[in-house]
Amino acid sequence: MKFTIGWLKEHLDTKFKDSEIIEKLTDVGLEVESFERISSDLDNFKVAKIINAAKHPNADKLKVCDVDIGEQNMVKVVCGAPNAKKDLLTVYAGPGSVIPKNSMKLTISKIRGVTSHGMLCSESELNLSDESDGIIELKSNKYSDQVGKNFFKNNTEKVIDLSITPNRPDCLGVRGVARDLAAAGVGKLKNTSKMNIKSTGPQKIKVSILKDKNQGCTIFGSCLIKNVTNKQSPKWLKDKIESLGQKPISAIVDITNYVMLDLNRPLHAYDADKIDKEIIVRNSKKGETFKALDNKQYKLINDLCVISDKSGVLGLGGIIGGTRSGTEFNTKNILLESAYFLPRSIRKTSKLLNIDTDAKFRFERGIDPQSIEIGLKKAAQLITEICGGKASKFDIQRIEKDKKNKIKFKISLFERIAGFKVTDKEITKILTDLGFEISKKKLELELKIPTWRPDITQPIDIVEEIVRIKGYKNIETLEPEKTRFKDTLNKQQKLFHFLQRSVASKGYFETVTWSFTDSKLNNLFKENYKEIKILNPISSDLDVLRNSIFSNLSFYLKKNLDRGFKDISLFEIGPIFKDNKPGEQLTVIGAIKSGKISRLNWNEENRTVDVFDAKKDVIQTLIEAGYDRQNLFIREKSPSYYHPGKSGSVYLDKDDIDPVAYFGEIHPNIQKKFDIKTEALVGFEIFLDYLTDKKLKLKDSKSKFQFSDYQKSDRDFAFVVDKNFKAQDLIKIISSIDQSLIKSVKIFDVYEGENIPRNKKSIALNVTIQSSEKTLEESDLEKINKLIISTVETKSGAKIRS
Amino acid sequence: MSDIKKIKDEFLNKLSEDLNIENVNQIKSELFGKNGKISSAFKNLGSLPNEERKKFASDLNFIKDELQEKINIKTQEIEIKEINSKLENEKIDVTLPERNIVQGKIHPVSQVIDEISSIFSEIGFSVEEGPDVENEHYNFTALNTPDNHPARDMHDTFYLDDKKELLLRTHTSPVQVRTMLKSKPPFKIIAPGRTYRSDSDQTHAPMFHQVEGLHIDKNINMGHLKGCLNYFIKSFFEVDNIKMRFRPSHFPFTEPSAEVDIGYELKDGKIVIGEGDKWLEILGCGMVHPNVLKNVKINPDKYQGYAFGIGIDRLAMLKYGINDLRAFFETDYRWLNHFGFDPLDVPSNYRGLSR
Repeated sequence: MKFTIGWLKEHLDTKFKDSEIIEKLTDVGLEVESFERISSDLDNFKVAKIINAAKHPNADKLKVCDVDIGEQNMVKVVCGAPNAKKDLLTVYAGPGSVIPKNSMKLTISKIRGVTSHGMLCSESELNLSDESDGIIELKSNKYSDQVGKNFFKNNTEKVIDLSITPNRPDCLGVRGVARDLAAAGVGKLKNTSKMNIKSTGPQKIKVSILKDKNQGCTIFGSCLIKNVTNKQSPKWLKDKIESLGQKPISAIVDITNYVMLDLNRPLHAYDADKIDKEIIVRNSKKGETFKALDNKQYKLINDLCVISDKSGVLGLGGIIGGTRSGTEFNTKNILLESAYFLPRSIRKTSKLLNIDTDAKFRFERGIDPQSIEIGLKKAAQLITEICGGKASKFDIQRIEKDKKNKIKFKISLFERIAGFKVTDKEITKILTDLGFEISKKKLELELKIPTWRPDITQPIDIVEEIVRIKGYKNIETLEPEKTRFKDTLNKQQKLFHFLQRSVASKGYFETVTWSFTDSKLNNLFKENYKEIKILNPISSDLDVLRNSIFSNLSFYLKKNLDRGFKDISLFEIGPIFKDNKPGEQLTVIGAIKSGKISRLNWNEENRTVDVFDAKKDVIQTLIEAGYDRQNLFIREKSPSYYHPGKSGSVYLDKDDIDPVAYFGEIHPNIQKKFDIKTEALVGFEIFLDYLTDKKLKLKDSKSKFQFSDYQKSDRDFAFVVDKNFKAQDLIKIISSIDQSLIKSVKIFDVYEGENIPRNKKSIALNVTIQSSEKTLEESDLEKINKLIISTVETKSGAKIRS
Repeated sequence: MSDIKKIKDEFLNKLSEDLNIENVNQIKSELFGKNGKISSAFKNLGSLPNEERKKFASDLNFIKDELQEKINIKTQEIEIKEINSKLENEKIDVTLPERNIVQGKIHPVSQVIDEISSIFSEIGFSVEEGPDVENEHYNFTALNTPDNHPARDMHDTFYLDDKKELLLRTHTSPVQVRTMLKSKPPFKIIAPGRTYRSDSDQTHAPMFHQVEGLHIDKNINMGHLKGCLNYFIKSFFEVDNIKMRFRPSHFPFTEPSAEVDIGYELKDGKIVIGEGDKWLEILGCGMVHPNVLKNVKINPDKYQGYAFGIGIDRLAMLKYGINDLRAFFETDYRWLNHFGFDPLDVPSNYRGLSR
């Protein structure tokens, strides 16, 4: 919403300074986006000084001038004026300027082989006089310190640009803004000027609103103006239109626009001679077409609100007119429309046909249904003044009665919500100034809502009116109370924050990537989940919700590798999606690690990352979160995007169905698809939703502190087992032999090859044995040794290596 | 007597020379060995007359102790000297780099969410969450934004089905609705999370983060709203004074509604929050609309309160001097390293929000 201060003052009698008006606008909720002059074509003309004028090498009458235009470098201009000479102050027009006299647009051009950057101007070229003999000679006493400045003063008024919230259609007109300011104490709202339009004779074109289903038009006012002469708008009107950065078109179009901007009363002017007999406001029929003023052909479906005549559709009511009945410079007779269209109908049609116009924007937000006559009056008066002609009486068709909505407002509600007091008297004044009609009944006001305020429907809206006009400054700042009803974080949230920092502490950089991804990449990680398409993606490569975090992580890993990084550890904690319903999502940590450990370190051997790095990070994270390593169970099962032989899944318990994590090398095919070039790539995922709370709170989970001071003994064993036999099972077998004696089991070597049969491997373990009752004697140790060997051999089919 | 005096002097003399450990051992055995001079002297005690024996024994013991003491001191001296000279040879260049340091980073958005949670925790708020995929009821209708409301256009919504019933939430406000539906007032919650709008340019990302706040009780008015936000902004930016401006605005789910600006100035091209004559819009808020309360079966004549929504990414940008919103989501390793936080830097009330 744009307007000038001058325009505002046509409605507002005020002595406030511009800056005060600007501040007040913001205070009442009409946010000022900007307050500045619209730049003008004349800004291109600069005061300049000729520093040197040399003869043109190829033309006797031309000179090549070095001109100081106040910028760092001088410009070269070819000039034919006899008076162009060193030290002359004159006017320079740069490339892109339009010369007022002949509307010629300047470009950089070669004149007889010398490039000229712009031109030096004569008075006649600038429409200042008829003097065309030479370039302007500016007086040095006045202009010598003006070099580089604009020659023409920018006389355009500063324009206020307001950002109007959707609830305030009334402020889409200058008068509405003035009313709010007046209520806030910035002067007085002027009465609308008396209009003595002579409208005589009946409006001869018949208008009817059909009672169609969900008819979108409830009132249709019209005025027939005969024998007009359409022309260019007068200067005052052109200036107004131009000051808003719009282009004047013709007096009739400019006037309807002006009334709309002034009163927020959209109008439409038809060439009356192009209307076939009568105006019928009705619902469209499927297949009807019409060409709109945006020069597009529209094909309609059933039940859109259209203005038509006997031959067909003339326009979409309240949205856009058609070319068939448009006014032109030779239009003789016009029919002026001032109507009321229902916001719902406007919204439906414009969305369906994807049309956005000024009128649509206003009707959609709600136009004052009682502004029909004043709009016709103001426009008819201006048209007859400017274009001549005779206006008919107004014809107003309606299918609904006008009514003013009423609400009851308990005065006490104001303080209850706003927290501060305003006197009843002041409340009454504010509401009256805003256009409410008030009758007071003790502690309650009965209010008739002004018809231009469709946003006001209930008492809380009245509170807002008072508090905003009174000023939000008056709201007290109360110290926050510290009362608490619930813990800040629940268990799951605590886990989230804990795991996030736990993973980061292992050297991973946390990233945040989109919750959506490229379906092509997503397919590589989708597994059994459903693809969830976004209907209107921001771009075709972000077209689905992600089923896994890995698609984005891999994508960005590749980008960082391309930047020259080699050893990258990235993770993200966030949602992945199982379906397109609320709640069908999982919270997941996805982590990825590439390259080497200890690359280029002078005292450490470097090695590529491997599956056990990923496994260590997962297991350590789980242990840090409070899960007991003894209970964690590893299976070989993992999704297809991991290396099938070098990956696994982690379960909180052997009997669990859902794994809490996967880890492993990323499948070489995935690396290939992403064109990831690195020595090694591993990753893991942790599923927070499956990390059920099996553990007790710390205060309950600490067992009694018990230790043994008796001597520990270590025994080493080497078993030859089947190649597929799992180390995890071997440890389990040994540690469950006698938990009171076997304190730890450590694997220190795994060997395949020479001296070991094919399909077998040797696992060497160290077992710590300690009693809490006595120092074990050699015979006790021997006993347990034998037991370990025999148990392992029976349970696993292993053979002790001798 | 003079014999042992002589031995004493002789050996004390010897022991004061520059000796190695072998020399000392040699001396030790010369004195105290099987046939050592002192040992021999003790053996001879028996042959002395009674009256002399006592005195001689006493002197001998005295000399023995003295020599022993001297030997101990000498041995220690030599050992220390030997260790020192050995260590001297073990000297290495300690300016060589340490072993590799593994340092991870927390994303600024996560850090700021923790900061926000910590601040609101101090005044009794708890954290609620909701799904990223919403239906239009929770995202719009229940929040007093019916289908034909122009405000819906202002949220460039991502839809997930043809009927446009399923969508990515455009704000965290649906969490208000879900929270109020599943429990009874009073409510005092914040809800941080991801939000989505199909808008993408220099200053808009299709995904961003918001934190919703909601406080509903019997007597919560706009003064409480102002107080809460004033406290929050001061705590967050870690300044004692903050210039704040409440401006009337419009959101369908609050009435009256406000936008909040904070004062700032530019110093050397950097934004300094708090004072200054420029205003920066940082959040939207208001009193929860009675229609919203009715939609979640709360009687607006009994309960009332405020809600607010703040852009988390923007807060992070302002506090930590990050210029480009898009960079938050581009996973540039250099950026993450530069703007990321150490995982041990957990914001808390008692240890402070940030270092």
